[in-house]
Amino acid sequence: MELALSPEDAAFRDEVRAFIAGNYPAEMRVPNPETDLSKEQMLLWHRILHKKGWIAPLWPKEYGGPGWSITRRFVFEQETTRAGTMPPLAFSVTMVGPVIYTFGNEAQKKKFLPRILSGDDWWCQGYSEPGSGSDLATVRTKAVRDGDHYIVNGYKTWTTLAQHADWIFCLVRTDPTAKPQSGISFLLIDMKSPGVTVRPIITIDGSHEVNDVFLENVRVPVENLIGEENKGWSYAKFLLGNERTSMAGIGRSTRYIERLKRIVKAEIPEDDPAHLEFVRDIARVELDVLALEATELRVVAQMARGIDPGPAASLFKIRGTEIFQNITELTHRAIGNYGLAIREHPVSANHFMPGPDYGHTASEKYLNSRKLSIYGGSNEIQRNIIAKAVLGL
Amino acid sequence: MDIQFTEEQELLRSSVQRLLRDQYDFDARRKIVASEGGFSRKQWGAFAELGLLAAPFSEAVGGLGGGVLSTMVIMQEFGRHLVVEPFVETIVLAGGLIEQAGSEEQKQSFLPDIIAGENIWALAWTEKGSRFDLATVTTTARRDGNDYVLTGEKTAVIAAPWADYLIVSARTSDHRHDRDGVSLFVVDRHAANLHLQSFKTIDGRRAAEVSFKNVRGELLGGDGEGVAALEACRDRVIGALCAEAVGAIGELNSATLEYSKTRKQFGATIGSFQVLQHRMVDMFIAHQEALSLMQHLNLSLSAGEAGVSRLASGAKSKIGYAGRSVADQAVQLHGGMGMTDELNIGHYFKRISSINIQFGDPAYHLLRYARLDPAA
Repeated sequence: MELALSPEDAAFRDEVRAFIAGNYPAEMRVPNPETDLSKEQMLLWHRILHKKGWIAPLWPKEYGGPGWSITRRFVFEQETTRAGTMPPLAFSVTMVGPVIYTFGNEAQKKKFLPRILSGDDWWCQGYSEPGSGSDLATVRTKAVRDGDHYIVNGYKTWTTLAQHADWIFCLVRTDPTAKPQSGISFLLIDMKSPGVTVRPIITIDGSHEVNDVFLENVRVPVENLIGEENKGWSYAKFLLGNERTSMAGIGRSTRYIERLKRIVKAEIPEDDPAHLEFVRDIARVELDVLALEATELRVVAQMARGIDPGPAASLFKIRGTEIFQNITELTHRAIGNYGLAIREHPVSANHFMPGPDYGHTASEKYLNSRKLSIYGGSNEIQRNIIAKAVLGL
Repeated sequence: MDIQFTEEQELLRSSVQRLLRDQYDFDARRKIVASEGGFSRKQWGAFAELGLLAAPFSEAVGGLGGGVLSTMVIMQEFGRHLVVEPFVETIVLAGGLIEQAGSEEQKQSFLPDIIAGENIWALAWTEKGSRFDLATVTTTARRDGNDYVLTGEKTAVIAAPWADYLIVSARTSDHRHDRDGVSLFVVDRHAANLHLQSFKTIDGRRAAEVSFKNVRGELLGGDGEGVAALEACRDRVIGALCAEAVGAIGELNSATLEYSKTRKQFGATIGSFQVLQHRMVDMFIAHQEALSLMQHLNLSLSAGEAGVSRLASGAKSKIGYAGRSVADQAVQLHGGMGMTDELNIGHYFKRISSINIQFGDPAYHLLRYARLDPAA
């Protein structure tokens, strides 16, 4: 399904398409880009986009964005995800960057924004804590003022790719006496500071994406505070809005459905009764994608006309993640007995995997995608948001 | 339909429980899975010593005569503790096939070492392209004097890297899908020209792709009777796997319930949220139904009732779907913790996923259930 594009926007789409075809690094085309790439490999495409001026579609021109319309931003997102390119690190470009240019001071903008664009700084997100998952407002990590520094103590968890990070943006409690939401500040912490320790968390697919981050008497210069003290919650909410925008994942789901079709065709003969069952299941999930894509296009068209989409992001997050979980489950089922095998990480060890190449990541994808309905605001929380904000319940 | 357990069965259950509680907590299991071999010979020896490896076999062959109901009791507890040792492969599959189809000489020759815990066995029936069909076999067995020689490839053979012997299905006549042309063979796993490529499974076991090139095999059961033997064997192994799944489902439910009573968000335990309460009620119902159906299947197997094969497929499907949905929700309700390798929840999820693949997924058995004649 396509947006009705003006001739200029259509030309732009063709330009993006050609640029990806001509420039996406071959060495980033690995079996599972989300877990198999080194930091340097992940940054290859980032640097190419930066050079082209396309690294930060969301950003205003004055800070280094390309100055695209909503339609062009959407077209770019569509083309890059359809082509299966690895998106640049969201924590840097999509999350902390907009917080800094919206709420930061001039010195902060000057110091951080160029290095986010260039990929010189890698950011991670210090939000969740062991006791604060869905209920983020209860963060307990403390920042106590000591002259021109804060002394930070606490424990952040589920910190994605912290093992590569140069900086972490943290929600910290600066006023323990205030109501939960009003005593929180937004602090930028150098990962090289003494007292910062990163501990890997291995997930059920055997990969290392997330970490615990321990903060012990970490001295953070006061100049690293974003905006006003105790106003961090509003910045955090602004950021979460960005986190949830692109979670429909139409491009990715479409690619995985195509692959699923190839697997079913190769693995299950047409006279096997299971074949018809898969044909039906695939059609069903294709229709799910079609309906979500149509919804997304409708929302984009409304936004282009200046209409606030409201909590549409929650709908995209819920359906996008449920659909992708379903596709990975079908794929795991489709490869039959080979679904018993799982690649061993680190994959560079190159252990033997049975069966055809197209099935090698099916188990790990199936397992790993269970996280989708949990992270970024669990799907239960998203449903609460819609119940409250849309239905008025 | 409720099972009134005999005193022996209750005794068996409590002794398995005690052994696993003392020696097989989650940390102990983690060490076993991470060890070089991937399973524990010592543990296997302890199972033998306790009589677990003898339990289902008839007294005539040196067993304790407990039959499928003792297997059910054992497997349910193994499911609760995520035991990785190859009880299903060695005792239920290989031991069961030897007892069912083997000659007196073969029983005398193989079963004592199985019961004593001396030998590990695995069953090699799946092939590339066979999916879940027992009769799709391309591996061939050619007559050579009194013996046969086997050539072909088997895929995803669970426990093969641990095994001393394999039981292999191979074609002795006719075409690829013909069910009457398949026979079973005992093969020495260390035979020359038998090649393994080992890999780890999602549930922490070891499996292998196995290739044979003129490997000597000893016929087990009648020539051409392999598929029928495997079908009967599959019904029994489904009884065992369903018991294991029910054990795992029960553990997932109690862990999730416990967590929901202690985990606080928004100033309340998450178990106080109605949407989660209803989900846990559904998980409870799924467990109750799975338990009932699993017991019903094993009682029918034990009584040798007609139509049990259809029931086995029905149970494999229903309990498979129940397990998948409970495991999904258990991970979801544990939040990020459910995704970690550190917590046991994800490991139950993976074992249930693996059970759902072994001997046919829930969709396969749903269709088989639908197509088999209830009157047959």
